[in-house]
Amino acid sequence: MPNLKDLKNRISSVQSTRKITSAMKMVAASKLRRAQEQAEASGPYAERMGRMLSSLAANVQDSGNGPKLMTGTGADKVHLLVVISSDRGLCGAFNGSIVREAKRQITRLQGEGKTVKLLTVGRKGRDQLRREFASLIVESYEDVGRRRLGFSDADMVATKVLAMFDAGEFDVCSVIFNKFKSAISQIVTVQQLIPFAVPGEAAAATDEVKPLYEFEPDEEQILAELLPRNLSIQIYRALLESAASEQGARMTAMDNATRNAGDMINKLTITYNRTRQAYITKELIEIISGAEAL
Amino acid sequence: MADKVEFELVSPEKLLKSQPVDMVVVPGSEGDFGVLAGHSPMISTVRPGVIDVYEGDRVVDRVFVAGGFAEVTEARCTVLAEEAVALTELDRATVEKQIKDLSEDLDDSKSDAERAAAESRLAVARAKLDALTQTSAH
Repeated sequence: MPNLKDLKNRISSVQSTRKITSAMKMVAASKLRRAQEQAEASGPYAERMGRMLSSLAANVQDSGNGPKLMTGTGADKVHLLVVISSDRGLCGAFNGSIVREAKRQITRLQGEGKTVKLLTVGRKGRDQLRREFASLIVESYEDVGRRRLGFSDADMVATKVLAMFDAGEFDVCSVIFNKFKSAISQIVTVQQLIPFAVPGEAAAATDEVKPLYEFEPDEEQILAELLPRNLSIQIYRALLESAASEQGARMTAMDNATRNAGDMINKLTITYNRTRQAYITKELIEIISGAEAL
Repeated sequence: MADKVEFELVSPEKLLKSQPVDMVVVPGSEGDFGVLAGHSPMISTVRPGVIDVYEGDRVVDRVFVAGGFAEVTEARCTVLAEEAVALTELDRATVEKQIKDLSEDLDDSKSDAERAAAESRLAVARAKLDALTQTSAH
């Protein structure tokens, strides 16, 4: 028969665990709201930049010699993967699924005989990838946007990527991140950054009649400035999506943990009560049979 | 006044301003340009400087931008700014200190990339100071 005191201790320890998980859930919920607002706030800039890019690209493509960031280096040998994960754990399958996708991509690319380089953002992803692919990691960032994710954080990553691109260290760059769908569902997304695929003509055609722009200075020069900026924006968006996803994943994970702890407390309490009753019954039987013997 | 032009100022972090105005003067990289309603469509890069927002003949708003892009259509003027601060929020002492710090950074920088980064930041800070000097001269 289980000891009453042990049961009592276990119940109280599960109760304090539940308190912690439910507090974490609430913290994640409020952070999620903030992250979502931030993600939405960055929408207008990205949208307008996309619009400018597609009208520019339409002009430049006609002339045939776009900048390298758009047309690529012509080769397809070295791939750079930017893997965005979180710094902290306790967020369900968030980091696991990112790392799994990253590994899948690495194996696929290596299978095709290509060289892969990794750039990781976030401690968890780096730690897990380091076990297998330590030699591929060229750079890793931690504590990105710990307080509040700013554009400068994304710019820092983008600057590094650009410096590598200019030095000819890779041909194709993709980013792997969790896209925020809802608090309970995040989608692992692979997005190609370099060469940058300009939003298709189909999307632009739905707009009103496209105005013919004048450019100052000329198209190529603007595009040469716009593309690096666009890279920062794309990375910034990915970081924001990832931050929102992280909080969403954590909220769900903590919600489940809280529920499990509740179930466990119920079960333990039932066992505790049964045991207590059994003790009482046993004592009663002893007294009654003692009295009968007299 | 006749028609107004829809002025939008957007930074990567948020939509800062979206309002109909009479005229905006944008510091383009090839010279300042004023945008009135019915301006011919154009796209231009923006150098660090001050955007003046006009309501009638008066300047109602002055915003410092650290470079970016401007897209102008007949009814709209969109500025994508890298960093935007209202001129009234800039403080001369802070900016001067920034310039001093950045000049030191420039001297300390080792690689070309570092040097270029420091130089561009310094140019932004200098433009801020210029903007402040201009305002106080008015």
